[in-house]
Amino acid sequence: MSLVSRVKAVRLRIEDLHISFGSTKVLEGINLEIEPGEFFAFLGPSGSGKSTLLRAIAGFGPDPQGKIRIDDEDIGGLPPWKRNVGMVFQNYALWPHLSVEKNVAFGLEEQKMAKAEIGERVKEALDLVGLYHLVNRHPSQLSGGQQQRIALARTIVTRPRLLLLDEPLSNLDANLRVQMRTDILKLQRALGMTTIFVTHDQEEANTISDRMAVLDKGIIQQVGSPLDLYDNPVNRFVAHFLGTTNMIEGEVVSSDGKTCFIGKEGIEIPLDNSLDGNHGVVVFRPQSIQINTKIVDDSAVNLDGVVDSLEFLGSVVRYSVRVGDSNILVDQDHQRGKKIFEEKEAVVLAIQAQQLFFIRE
Amino acid sequence: MPRFRTSYLVAASLAFFLLIFLVVPVGKVIYVAFQDSSTGAFTLVNFVDFFKTSLFRESFFNSLYVAGMSVLGATIFAVPLAYFTTRFNFGGSILIQTLGIIPLIMPPFVGAVAMQLFFGTNGSVNLLLDQWFGINIPFMKGLNGVILVESIHYFPFILINLSAALNNIDRSMEEAAQNLGSSGMSLFRKIVFPLAMPGYLAGAALVFLKAFDDLGTPLLLNVNNMLAPQAYLRITSIGISDPMGYVISVILVVFSLFALWGSMLASKGKDYSGGGKGTSGLLKRDLHGWEKFGAYCLVIFLLLLVLSPHISLVLLSLGTIWSYSVLPDGYTFAHYAEVFGTTREYITNTLLYAGLAAGFDVVFSVAIAYIVLRTKVIGRQWLDYIATGALAIPGVVLGIGYLRTFNDFNVPIIDKPLASWWVIIVIALAIRRLPYALRACVAALHQVSISLEEASENLGAGKTTTVRKITVPLMAGGIVAGFVTSFATAAVELSATLMLVTSESDAPLAYGIYVFMQSASGRGPGAALGLIAVVVVAVGSYLAHHFIERNKRMQMSATGN
Repeated sequence: MSLVSRVKAVRLRIEDLHISFGSTKVLEGINLEIEPGEFFAFLGPSGSGKSTLLRAIAGFGPDPQGKIRIDDEDIGGLPPWKRNVGMVFQNYALWPHLSVEKNVAFGLEEQKMAKAEIGERVKEALDLVGLYHLVNRHPSQLSGGQQQRIALARTIVTRPRLLLLDEPLSNLDANLRVQMRTDILKLQRALGMTTIFVTHDQEEANTISDRMAVLDKGIIQQVGSPLDLYDNPVNRFVAHFLGTTNMIEGEVVSSDGKTCFIGKEGIEIPLDNSLDGNHGVVVFRPQSIQINTKIVDDSAVNLDGVVDSLEFLGSVVRYSVRVGDSNILVDQDHQRGKKIFEEKEAVVLAIQAQQLFFIRE
Repeated sequence: MPRFRTSYLVAASLAFFLLIFLVVPVGKVIYVAFQDSSTGAFTLVNFVDFFKTSLFRESFFNSLYVAGMSVLGATIFAVPLAYFTTRFNFGGSILIQTLGIIPLIMPPFVGAVAMQLFFGTNGSVNLLLDQWFGINIPFMKGLNGVILVESIHYFPFILINLSAALNNIDRSMEEAAQNLGSSGMSLFRKIVFPLAMPGYLAGAALVFLKAFDDLGTPLLLNVNNMLAPQAYLRITSIGISDPMGYVISVILVVFSLFALWGSMLASKGKDYSGGGKGTSGLLKRDLHGWEKFGAYCLVIFLLLLVLSPHISLVLLSLGTIWSYSVLPDGYTFAHYAEVFGTTREYITNTLLYAGLAAGFDVVFSVAIAYIVLRTKVIGRQWLDYIATGALAIPGVVLGIGYLRTFNDFNVPIIDKPLASWWVIIVIALAIRRLPYALRACVAALHQVSISLEEASENLGAGKTTTVRKITVPLMAGGIVAGFVTSFATAAVELSATLMLVTSESDAPLAYGIYVFMQSASGRGPGAALGLIAVVVVAVGSYLAHHFIERNKRMQMSATGN
């Protein structure tokens, strides 16, 4: 595929970026480096500033302070039309008065490319998304998924230096979303284009990105691979945002040469002694807890509790277990014939020390 | 099934009314146009005669020319104003939005004579031009005058539609183009302009239609070689049996329908609005230094121009003598005193007629809207089509149709032909303004979620109770807006009225203005009456706007948006 060989992957560096809408600060002190060819995700709830950051890279929105560099060129001062940074909009933004062909050819026409070459490139791009047969349709005659692919084709046909995707899957239904995210990833791997993907859906970010930045309140909370962020969140927000989690607040104290986390609920958890004297939370995921009627493993942290309620979620049963003053969520894999604990039943929760993660605050 | 029968009964009575007072009279006009006046056989000879007569040929081309040039003029006024308000962060935007629609609240014929004193050969502007540069520009000479007056009055149709279209363009449409390397004029030409085109065409079609059909303006400017004045003059001077008036009517209707159809075709399947997702409207930027100065100069110049009919009308109504001078010689309230003292029945008649007509209109509109949107009555869409079709029937045509159809119909008790009874004026006004009220009511009913009615039925209320307690109160804002719009525009309707008024004591405001304005000594009181009409319409428009906005807010809070 000729497109593939011609894209040179670039490095994106964002240095100390600040953006405000009037007096409202939207992004503060953003520093980020995205590697050539990387598939990178901006993950965060609505209002976290993730779309604003993406749009700033494309040159939209209020003028930011700080630098945005592609390789060594600072593109911060350039108008959007001089950046050569391709963006796929959340609502696709296909022009309704133009045919699919005209939509895709638009960027090439702006580059004053020869007619014959435009035709070739348009065909190539539409073939890449598998929709060349729709070349004469108008956007209103396409399904959501087709519009999405055309928007993608329209963007990559100009061979932009970066590919920016603003919540590209949010307007698709669930099945199509899974299909599209696989396709987008395949396409990105084939083109080798440095790509940024904005989403509020952690599953989407996990499955598709090499690395991601979690944003909240205009600040990057943590950057890393999906697995790394899930297992080693730096704060409560990241821990919560990446999946259901249990958190117990408390202090780390040492006595008799042993260091222990003492939770408010009277939970005691042995910890590494370097953490002595800290306040913070202990984090552990529902699926890393075993639930039994009695203690089975002495080496684990064992907590006594009473089943408060249970939900059957299909592949797992989720128990809410009362321990002290707080409720702990426990996910048990479900299989046919497996014991289901009942409400009010007394249980013992067992957590391996390795599954417990302390976040200093 | 009682409610099945009720809705058919209501639909049938509505259809009957529309049949008698809209379809039959218009059909009669068309029928007569194709009828040999002596034998009664079908013939095209009337049309052949029409095009053989040089005066009619001239009138036909003049009307087309005036309508086309009015669209051009209105475009020249409206496009810069729409562009500035939607593209720039510009303090003048509010000024444009409020002052820009003021021409609409005054029908063009009211300001026509005053405009002559301002822009005519011996008017203020030309006196100044002569004094300063020794030139005289024939702004108001012949057809120019009609074109100037029509463009100034009707450009808001383009301004409003074009601004709305520009404001509805999804922001990402423009951003996507910039992202692909497009900017400036190329972006405007390739993306923004085509996306706004349906809005522009909708406005342009209305301007064309209004200018093509207008009767009062050419009559008052003494331009008789146009279609509508010719139809009026033939019928009033030769009589209702002269076929030429009917031929002209058919041509007016055909072109009106054509303009409406064209605008519908232009916007069909081209609803380019963002549909609520994302931000709408163009990317706005600030104006710097001289740009701002230039923009303000242009906007103020245009606004002064479009407000000139109002300004000159005020001067005329307050001036003592205004002739061969830039401004009137002196100022007085005598004209107002005269109007209130001697010709008060013009005002009371207007309030009575317009009030009754608007009342009819909302009752009909609610019924039609309900039948169309909430029942399964067979052929229900046709009620909507026919009622809306009244938009394409020029007043002069409806007037001729009524004269022809109802002249032989004697109203019992008062023993007078229906065509010369004042009630026929009310009916004509009601039919002419029905489309306005209907659109307001249909829009209002569209916003009432059907689940709100289902909830009422679920709790045991019958159809009638639900309509009375739930549907109509929720439509209230739209109903009031429809009433006020119908009222305000009926209050200044002239063309049908002119045909149907038989005695001065039955005449409304618009007729009074027309009569006064024809004599030099009547211009002052005529202008005073005109201003009273403007105030009535202005207050009405403000109220309509107020109720529409209030209704919108209520709907928003009800749906939790």
